Parts: sequence; structure tokens; C-alpha cells
Amino acid sequence: MTAVIETESLKKTYGKHEAVRGLNLCVEAGSVCAFLGQNGAGKSSTIKMLLGMIHPTSGTGRVLGHRIDKESESLLIRQNVAFVAEDKRLYDYMTVAQIVRFTKSFFPGWKRDLEQRLLAQFELPLDRKVRQLSKGMRTKLTLLLGFARGCELLILDEPTEGLDPVAIEDVLQIVVSLAAQGTTVFFSSHQIAEVEQVADHVLMIDRGQLVLDAPMDQVKEEYRHIHAVFPEPVEERDLRLPGVEKVQTEGRTVSLTASHNVDSIVAHVRMLRARSVDVLPVSLKEIFLEKVRARG
Amino acid sequence: MFRKPNPSSGVPIYVQLKEQVRHAIETGALCAGDQLPGIRSLAETLVINPNTVIKVYRELEQEGLLEIRHGLGAFILSRHRRAKTEGMRDAQQLVRELVETLKDEGLDEGAIRRLFEAELAGELQRR
Repeated sequence: MTAVIETESLKKTYGKHEAVRGLNLCVEAGSVCAFLGQNGAGKSSTIKMLLGMIHPTSGTGRVLGHRIDKESESLLIRQNVAFVAEDKRLYDYMTVAQIVRFTKSFFPGWKRDLEQRLLAQFELPLDRKVRQLSKGMRTKLTLLLGFARGCELLILDEPTEGLDPVAIEDVLQIVVSLAAQGTTVFFSSHQIAEVEQVADHVLMIDRGQLVLDAPMDQVKEEYRHIHAVFPEPVEERDLRLPGVEKVQTEGRTVSLTASHNVDSIVAHVRMLRARSVDVLPVSLKEIFLEKVRARG
Repeated sequence: MFRKPNPSSGVPIYVQLKEQVRHAIETGALCAGDQLPGIRSLAETLVINPNTVIKVYRELEQEGLLEIRHGLGAFILSRHRRAKTEGMRDAQQLVRELVETLKDEGLDEGAIRRLFEAELAGELQRR
């Protein structure tokens, strides 16, 4: 597998504020990789560094083999990566038809059939000025301009923000379709359900640091909640085992969150003479909440 | 033919889809020789990751339920062929165990290979 995006100890500080604190990312070609984090976790700063729009304070990285911290190379990145920014900035004075024609002229690999299909599917009025579009329509137009570029890497910052459920499903379907044709997709999101649906890899970031980096299937198969009831109260330290991410004790009841090694943990819990042991699946949302709160 | 998997359940999407394909075969909704949807079209219909579909088809191929013909698509295997692949898998397991045992007895790979060949050659002569 080749890496399309990789970074090494990437850092960005704004004055005293450390927005990104030593990120080592790796996104493989052909994957749909979700980038999760709270507001202000450092997602947008990271994406802007990947595109050479802001300069890293330290560390480095490559996108499609080009160095992100070299002016001349980062230009190549911006030419070869389709990027849809969070703020969905567009030229307000153009009409939909004009901005499509204008954007198209920069990209030789433009997908005309996809452009036509999306104009119809998103019901975008061709002769309306961008300024007069609703928020949802603006988002759809920006996505169309990104999707139709025909790039091997698509970076989306909060792509479905402000869209209704029907439009979200349309967008996810296009993501899936482009992925099936070999496009790598890297997208940040708050919508955990949509991430679970289409992503095959999850990166979770909190306060500028990576807190989860795993294939989606592995997350689903290996993360478990373990609830155990003991005859007598137990010490938390007796449950510090490999794979245990979090321990909560409440008298004789213990609940553990494990990221792997579940079988041995259960065996250990039984050995401590637990009366009942329940093993339950954990949703990505719960993992997210725990990862983010655990460090609070 | 297939339903959208539930992404928020604790069960991985590929496991859910695999169950659906198996179920379709058991109920006869899919018969031997039937072609499964293409990777891209199934991914688009269910709005799931195409790599998930690939994983499902690969695993079902390994389990002997379907066959991937390159450039053509995935097809359901007949029960007979399925039984055959299963038989082969069991046989492979037997051979593997035997080889392990012989190695534990101290025989090297060359010796084991010669024993197998001699046995097969003898078999041929006895016929």
C-alpha cells in the first residue's frame, strides 16, 4: 500500500496556542479516511497544512509525494488535490453556470458527466447568482466543483455541514462512487453516523494529538464494554491490564472499556471472581466521547 | 436485493453484508451461477465503502460460497463445487497437521517430500 498523505511530528502553534501537537498521519491510497475531532481540535489547521495553505511550525509531511512545507511543491499539491473548504467560499457575483465553467477551465481531468449529473441531482439553478443561493445549495455547489475535478485525492472539510438528510445521502453516495473508481478521500466530520457508514479508516484527534488511528472494522470488532459485578468492591489497579482504556468502579460494579485483548481481560475478571460478566459492543460515538473526555 | 446495513450497530458492516449474502443463498434468492452486483454498483446502492464490498466477496470466496472471475464479476458456486472446495480445505488441514507431526518427529522438509512422493509413486504402481 502506498501512502497518499503522510506527516511526521507535524506541529502548528499560533502565538502561545498549540493547535497541532506532533501529528504522525498516514492515509493509504484508495481508502476513505475519516478525520474526527471536536471543534478546535486542530482538524482544519492540519488540513490547511496538508495543502500548503499555512506553514507548519515544525515537522513535515508529504501529499501525493510532494513536500507540504516547500512552496514550489505545495503548489503541485493544490493542483492535484480537490479540496472543499469548511467555509465553502465562492465567487458571489458569478452565476452557477459561470462558476462551473470558470472552475472547469483549470482542470484538464474535469468530469463533465459527473458535473451534469450533479447539477440535476442537486437541483442547482444554473442562472442564479451564487450570492442568492441558500446555505445548502452553496454547499452542494462547492461539493460539485470539488467532485468533478477528477483528482486522485479528495480532501473535504466538514462536507455535509448544513445539508438535509437526503442531500447528505447523495453526497455520501458520490464519495463511495469516487472511492470505487480509485479516488482516495480524506474528510473531516462531526457526523459520526456518516463516518461509520462510508469510512474504512478512522483518525481521531483531540487537542492537536492523535487519539485513535485504526481501520473501522477493527474498531468495531475489538472495542468492547465489559460490565462485571463482584462479590466485594475491587481496586481499580487490579484491572489495569493491556487493552483496558478506561475503568469505572461503582462499589461492586465495574465497567471497563477495552480497545483490544478482550478475551484475556474477561478471563482475568472471572479470575477475580466476578459474579456476572457482560461484554457489549461500543459505538464509535461512545469511543469518541470517551477519548475526548478522558483527557479532560 | 440487499438491505442497507446499520452503520451504528456494533457489528462491522462487512459482517452484516456477509450475513445477507449467506441468507440470500440459503433462501434460494441467489442460486448457483447467479452473478452478484459489481463492487461499485453495490457500494453505491448501499452507500457503503467499496473496500467493504471487496472484503465481503473475498471472504465468501475463501469460504467457497462464490467465485470471483477476474474481469467478469462474482458468481455463486453450486453446492457440489462448494462441497469440493470444502473437501479440499479439510484435506489441506490434514496434510498440514501431518507435516507438523513429522517435523516434530525430527524429519526435515526434504525427507517429508520424498516420503509423500514415494507413497504416491507406490500407489500408482499398485494400481
